[in-house]
Amino acid sequence: MQLTVWTYEGPPHIGAMRVATAMTGLHYILHAPQGDTYADLLFTMIERRGQRPPVTYTTFEARDLGSDTAEIFKRAAVDAVERFQPEAIIVGASCTAELIQDDPGGLARTLGLDVPVIPLELPSYSKKENWGASETFYRLVRGLAQPSLRPKKNGAGRPVCNILGPTALGFRHRDDVREITGLLAHCGIAVNIVAPLGASPSELQFLPVADFNVVLYPEIAEAAARYLEKEFGQPYTRTIPIGVGATEDFVAEVCALAGVPAPDLSDYLSNLPWWSRSVDSNYLTGKRVFVFGDATHAIAAARVAAEELAFTVVGIGTYSREFARPVREAAAAHGVEALITDDYLEVEAAITALQPELILGTQMERHIAKRLGIPCAVISAPVHVQDFPARYAPQMGFEGANVLFDTWVHPLLMGLEEHLLGMFRDDFEFHDEAGASHLGGHAAVPQETAPAALEVGVPTLVWTHDAENELKKIPFFVRGKARRNTEAFARDQMLDTVTLDILYDAKARYGR
Amino acid sequence: MTTLLPRAGAMRPGDLPASVPVLRERGQREVFCGLTSIMWLHRKIQDAFFLIVGSRTCAHLMQSAAGVMIFAEPRFATAIIEERDLAGMADMNEELARTVARLLERRPDIRLLFLVGSCPSEVIKLDLGRAAERLSQVHAPHVRILNFSGSGIETTFTQGEDACLAALVPSLPETLPGAPSLLIAGALADVVEDQFCRLLEQLGIANVSFLPGRKAGEMPAVGPGTRFLLAQPWLKDTARALEDRGAVHLPAPFPLGAEGTTAWLKAAADAWGVSAARFAAVTDMPRARATRSLQRYLPLLSGKSLFCFPDSQIEIPLARFLSREAGMEICEVGTPYLHASHMKPELDLLGADVQLSEGQDVDRQMDRCRAARPDVSVCGMGLANPLEREGLTTKWSIELVFTPIQGYDQAGDLAELIARPLMRKGRLAV
Ligand code: SF4
Repeated sequence: MQLTVWTYEGPPHIGAMRVATAMTGLHYILHAPQGDTYADLLFTMIERRGQRPPVTYTTFEARDLGSDTAEIFKRAAVDAVERFQPEAIIVGASCTAELIQDDPGGLARTLGLDVPVIPLELPSYSKKENWGASETFYRLVRGLAQPSLRPKKNGAGRPVCNILGPTALGFRHRDDVREITGLLAHCGIAVNIVAPLGASPSELQFLPVADFNVVLYPEIAEAAARYLEKEFGQPYTRTIPIGVGATEDFVAEVCALAGVPAPDLSDYLSNLPWWSRSVDSNYLTGKRVFVFGDATHAIAAARVAAEELAFTVVGIGTYSREFARPVREAAAAHGVEALITDDYLEVEAAITALQPELILGTQMERHIAKRLGIPCAVISAPVHVQDFPARYAPQMGFEGANVLFDTWVHPLLMGLEEHLLGMFRDDFEFHDEAGASHLGGHAAVPQETAPAALEVGVPTLVWTHDAENELKKIPFFVRGKARRNTEAFARDQMLDTVTLDILYDAKARYGR
Repeated sequence: MTTLLPRAGAMRPGDLPASVPVLRERGQREVFCGLTSIMWLHRKIQDAFFLIVGSRTCAHLMQSAAGVMIFAEPRFATAIIEERDLAGMADMNEELARTVARLLERRPDIRLLFLVGSCPSEVIKLDLGRAAERLSQVHAPHVRILNFSGSGIETTFTQGEDACLAALVPSLPETLPGAPSLLIAGALADVVEDQFCRLLEQLGIANVSFLPGRKAGEMPAVGPGTRFLLAQPWLKDTARALEDRGAVHLPAPFPLGAEGTTAWLKAAADAWGVSAARFAAVTDMPRARATRSLQRYLPLLSGKSLFCFPDSQIEIPLARFLSREAGMEICEVGTPYLHASHMKPELDLLGADVQLSEGQDVDRQMDRCRAARPDVSVCGMGLANPLEREGLTTKWSIELVFTPIQGYDQAGDLAELIARPLMRKGRLAV
């Protein structure tokens, strides 16, 4: 049993819904009790979709158990096919129906429906949302891709690829697809099929036509891409084009796969490199940033943070246990320990201990950040309604890099403003609570934690009046760190009192 | 599957005219399960914790229905059953005991713990009643542990509150013999409770208490001298449990709007033998104020049509208020469950010619809604945007359980809730 307050991922059938809702002409018959229909609001409210997800829930009740839950399933399937006229259906069970073992796949086959039926086995008690999306997409690809459509010999004409992975309720998936499609066109590569987002079951038949696959979201599409590689010899991309460097690497990778020369990117380049080099950005140097999200976005964000904004990555983690390995490797490259957990409280504890100056995380970290008074930008699912902006805001490609610069730097104080706050910190209008004008003039209440004091057995340090007063003169946004460093320094020296001299000795040791 | 039964067939015979049959449907239901009640119950009982014993789906439902994650550590959580737990039952009880011990250690402020059953815990027949008894002994006297089910195979949305309160009733203290007491059942906003207390006191009704109390140690007493009013329409099992303790139900319409609130207070006043003159002296002024507060919304609401999808069971009292006090026309009133005797005073007021439906077949019901093209549809969050996209104006029904809407001084707020989407529609030019 796992005690959970908030979860990063829903159950696996939510992943299946994300695939079904992304597609057209597909319907999902889900054997589930009435309460599970809450899932519709994820799509209609959070993503503001104007149609209900293409899902029919059987909504069986206690009184049906043991008698006719299977009948209810069959009737629901027949009715749904008649009403919605899908090209294909997927059938499966949620956690409760898994326990009553009605075998939706078997039942659906007995109905003689005139549409392809793809059964899903999504173990609710061991797997989660992303796995469910991946498995569903894999089953669809496996069930629908037509071997006969594989061209005998490629090489003639313009190279074509598929784009795999975008789903409903994905973090900026729709905008990423538009950005990457444009970039591929610029490289002279055509897109055959984008899937699941916007694809119909009949279009999935044509997946083998492409020369290779572009995998944008490995959590969802890697299993399908591996199958397509094995079955049809279609290679797939490994680079995730998030950030300028990664986008350039991606262009090199796709051009190699397509056998085309690298294009001239000079018209295409991002503003990020210059924005990052311009003097105002100097103050960004070494900002301590904590990164958490799905593995793909966390790894990519850490690279951008370190290489393209000159931040210092002080922590990186993921809730995707299936992708723990690459995150551990990335963490090692940044010289930190990876945090692999889906326990929100553990993430909160890590952030509290690290006191970063910026958090790049999910909706959940946004809430942690708000509480701790730390600036935050969202880089990964799980998402909320404000992560679906009205404007075009991709994360990928060169325009995506511009978006990253803006959205990560915006929550921080502006460079000049930070200087002024330091210079005039005793001025009555620049007092700590004034906050940054671009954030509405109200500073979030920074929490000056003294983590060491919470640990049992560690004696509490006493600050002299002078030292405490001096600490107050340090701008609030670095004060927590200063206190922590000073106390660590004092403990190192086996001291029990922090004096003015100790404060400055510690400053000399730690810098800034 | 749709069956048409004459309405009288569903009620106690002879109670109601049978002109329009109740439409009973058993297709796909688009409603929350009872777990969702925890969303307001955990705010209401300030030292109670709700531990759902369920699946990742249950945890995800709570998170999605909460919408925004406002609370650092809310007083609810889910013990997620995992594959290895399903291997053996003995193991699962130990796991549960360990989880509870860890939780209580972390949260020493908790005095009352509910083990909340879910579909998975019920299907595998995990006996949470027994577990609650056993764990109560371990953690007594500091923490009391009770159990109820919020599962979707047993309960719909607000029925979770019913199950919770019904579970509390057997453990309520016994009233002292002597003066009768008035108990008001159903979670209300504190501000509404306080308003009712003042009015009842002016009527000379002392000894008023509320179920649930605001703290575990402040639960009301109950006994044969207790008369009770239902403040919410979804308390079937709670009412029965109170009756088992000897309490007597005072039938009344629910306290929505000036008329409903007056009739509801009148039921108590009559039981206490309050004179008509005194009742008028106490209620005339707030009643007039309630009517006044409605005035500014009448031009927007009167003559407009309303369609209610089934959600919380507040639909019938809501429709009664909107038709009688705001002049709206009713297309259809859906309810997840129609309690014949609790709803009788409402239905007497609503009239016999209103189309009622019980249960749901969401696709058919949406077809009916599209055909009726109501001016406002009250519906769940899963349906609101799809209906808006089709040009229909909607109001989220969940707001009716989260917003204080009962009593005289909230009558205007209730009207405003329904009028707001119409006002918005009137303003938008894009
Ligand atoms: S319907 Fe059942 S399984 Fe679904 S969230 Fe509610 S209690 Fe959990």
